[in-house]
Amino acid sequence: MTVLELSRWQFGITTVYHFIFVPLTIGLSLVVACMQTAWQIKKDPVYLRMTKFFGKIFLINFAVGVVTGIVQEFQFGMNWSAYSVFVGNVFGAPLAMEALLAFFLESTFIGLWIFGWNKLPPRVHLATIWLAAIGTSLSAYFILAANSWMQHPVGYRVVPGTHRVELTSIWAVLTNSTAIAAWTHVFVASFMVAAAVLIAVSAWHVGRRSQLEVFRPVLRLGLAIMLAAGIATAVTGDVQARLMDSQQPMKMAAAEALYSTSDSASFSLFTIGSLNGSKEVWSVRVPDLLSLIATLDPHGTVQGINNVERAYQKKYGPGSYEPVIPVTYWSFRLMVGFGSLAALLAAIGLWLTRRRRIPRSRWFYRVALWSLALPYLAAAMGWIFTEMGRQPWTVFGLLTTAQSVSPGVTASSVIISLTVFTLLYAGLAAIAGWLTVRHVKAGAPEETEQPGAAAPLPVFQY
Amino acid sequence: MSLATFWFILIAILWAGYFVLEGFDFGVGILLPFLGRDDTERRVMINTIGPVWDGNEVWLLTAGGATFAAFPLWYASLFSGFYLALLLILAALIVRGVCFEFRSKVDSPRWRANWDWAIFAGSALPALLWGVAFANIVRGVPLNAAHVYTGSLLTLLNWYGLLGGLVTLSLFTLHGAIFLAVRTSGELRPRAHRAAVRCALAAVPLAAVFLAVTQYSHGKPATDVTAALAAVTLIGAAYAAFRGWEGWAFAGTAVTLVLAVATLFGDLWPNVLPSSTNPAYSLTVDNASSAHYTLVVMSWVAIIFTPVVLGYQGWTYWVFRKRLTRSDIVVPPATGTETVEPVGGRS
Repeated sequence: MTVLELSRWQFGITTVYHFIFVPLTIGLSLVVACMQTAWQIKKDPVYLRMTKFFGKIFLINFAVGVVTGIVQEFQFGMNWSAYSVFVGNVFGAPLAMEALLAFFLESTFIGLWIFGWNKLPPRVHLATIWLAAIGTSLSAYFILAANSWMQHPVGYRVVPGTHRVELTSIWAVLTNSTAIAAWTHVFVASFMVAAAVLIAVSAWHVGRRSQLEVFRPVLRLGLAIMLAAGIATAVTGDVQARLMDSQQPMKMAAAEALYSTSDSASFSLFTIGSLNGSKEVWSVRVPDLLSLIATLDPHGTVQGINNVERAYQKKYGPGSYEPVIPVTYWSFRLMVGFGSLAALLAAIGLWLTRRRRIPRSRWFYRVALWSLALPYLAAAMGWIFTEMGRQPWTVFGLLTTAQSVSPGVTASSVIISLTVFTLLYAGLAAIAGWLTVRHVKAGAPEETEQPGAAAPLPVFQY
Repeated sequence: MSLATFWFILIAILWAGYFVLEGFDFGVGILLPFLGRDDTERRVMINTIGPVWDGNEVWLLTAGGATFAAFPLWYASLFSGFYLALLLILAALIVRGVCFEFRSKVDSPRWRANWDWAIFAGSALPALLWGVAFANIVRGVPLNAAHVYTGSLLTLLNWYGLLGGLVTLSLFTLHGAIFLAVRTSGELRPRAHRAAVRCALAAVPLAAVFLAVTQYSHGKPATDVTAALAAVTLIGAAYAAFRGWEGWAFAGTAVTLVLAVATLFGDLWPNVLPSSTNPAYSLTVDNASSAHYTLVVMSWVAIIFTPVVLGYQGWTYWVFRKRLTRSDIVVPPATGTETVEPVGGRS
């Protein structure tokens, strides 16, 4: 494999892995903040137990999210130095802002939250988890603004005579329509991931009829969040699809493997045929749906891959501008499919647990447990789709991925780093998973005042 | 002063902040298996840095992000050039970062002992490698006309680079030992005090030789002053540590680190990454920097938000200012079977 291919695999693996932990951190930090707020207001110890129990799950995930995030910040320079030189003027700004405005906020206030129980006044301590949660969402905004600039570059000019771009408006970069749509989509999808954890964990306990006073309300809460966030994710995704149709028509066409421009384009739910969708044996199609998604009009025109390809060749010169169609086609479908299934199951779950009902069927709990994977897979598929769908570009229309790779880095160096990161991350995942399962099985202990101690037991001390 | 030079100074300040802050928590990590005689003592040590280490590490991320935004060419050449060295640092920081969280989650002596050694390695390796990296940056590295690094990992492991590594390793350990003396009470405090004196015996000569060699080959009149002051404050810190004036000793090592960074960045200026192949290929403050508008935007962001960050980070240190001791560590009542390991480890 070439340095380019190895570097792409490394970026893909480290980024998808990083994003296993990020959405849970975003969603769960806010859920835990709400639980602690409920405890402050209602003084019901059940809320405190929830806060501590889910707070621990949050912290285990937060730790892995933080350390894998460090790699993200450095590997642009390590593996994509030509890209870094080309975009640094523009792309570096939101990255530096993320560090100064968001990373400091979240890491400092997480520290205060972990160690501040019994040390800070209750209201101040409550404020620390809110500030940390705001920090995680703010961090997502800056990094998505940077990523959205790669999807839809704005507020820049190409410097004549050099191979570089220059920032002309930071405001344009930070209010990029693509960034606003992407952040909203990621933000609500994060609640699907958080809800999946609430559902799986509480179903495990409710199925054993253990600690029902804590886990039954959490189960209902998780199901409600999943359904609401599922709908919100679909709506925001729909907004993104229309932006994509106007900003990156190739990606839209590749999502459907639509080869020729057509009006009233149908959307295939499932296809059997050649992998890249050019030959079709059998498929399930919803008429007009693609046109509706892309243009809000069932008879709207959606451009086909071949037509966009010809237009791009005219604009950017000879070459191929198609992404890998089987990847975009299937990742798009799986993203939508996994996400919709999760929301649908949540709706059924809400019905089955209505009015204090506790389902008897073991299947209910099995499905609730295994549905944990759905939002995670949907999120991974979403990133694979949006990044692979932009290919062959790193910065749409300006810089290709092949032009972005570090010229001085050898294949053997990247093989070493790819191996180290993959093994290290696999080890972290195994340990973090094992610790989480162990913690979940132990449950949320009742709040007992320690005999003889002035203050209750510190919660999260190292 | 040009805006690019302003950003060069700002990045120097970020690195100085990073070394002063993460320096002591690297030091605590390095001393962890040697100074803590049982799990409770090691927990005391970890808890002295527990609330702050993550915020300290953000100084590094901010330095990285600021370099990307203000000097894209420096960021690109440095990070791709120092590829394997940076990989080692990243792997160490990854392991170290999860250690603190994972260690506390299982109450088993073996589990914890393993994490203690991981914390040691994850602290010692970056403490060494940052010195190697900065020594090489000042010395110059092989860069071709396109500013692409043409050396390997072994190029960086020259005697001057390794000397720089030993300097940061010993300085951070000393800084960490003094920090522990400031932040603990009980048996740990005198032990940290003795460790500080021993570390000083290594750090003072190493740093003196390194600064002398650096000034001899790369020095300027202005940095001769900062280098001399760095040596004086380090000797002062060592003396204060010896006399048990812990606060003064800590201030001394902190100022030493700031002055050392000032010396190195001062020697470097106006280059940001000198080429040992041909001085004409060097990356400089001017040829590596971003355009004016980006620097203006980033300057406003830095001017507005840095005081806010310093404010709340400083407040954290104020909240957790109390000295820690064994009785602050609450053993979970359910288990209560804490294994006390045999006394007599190295200290």
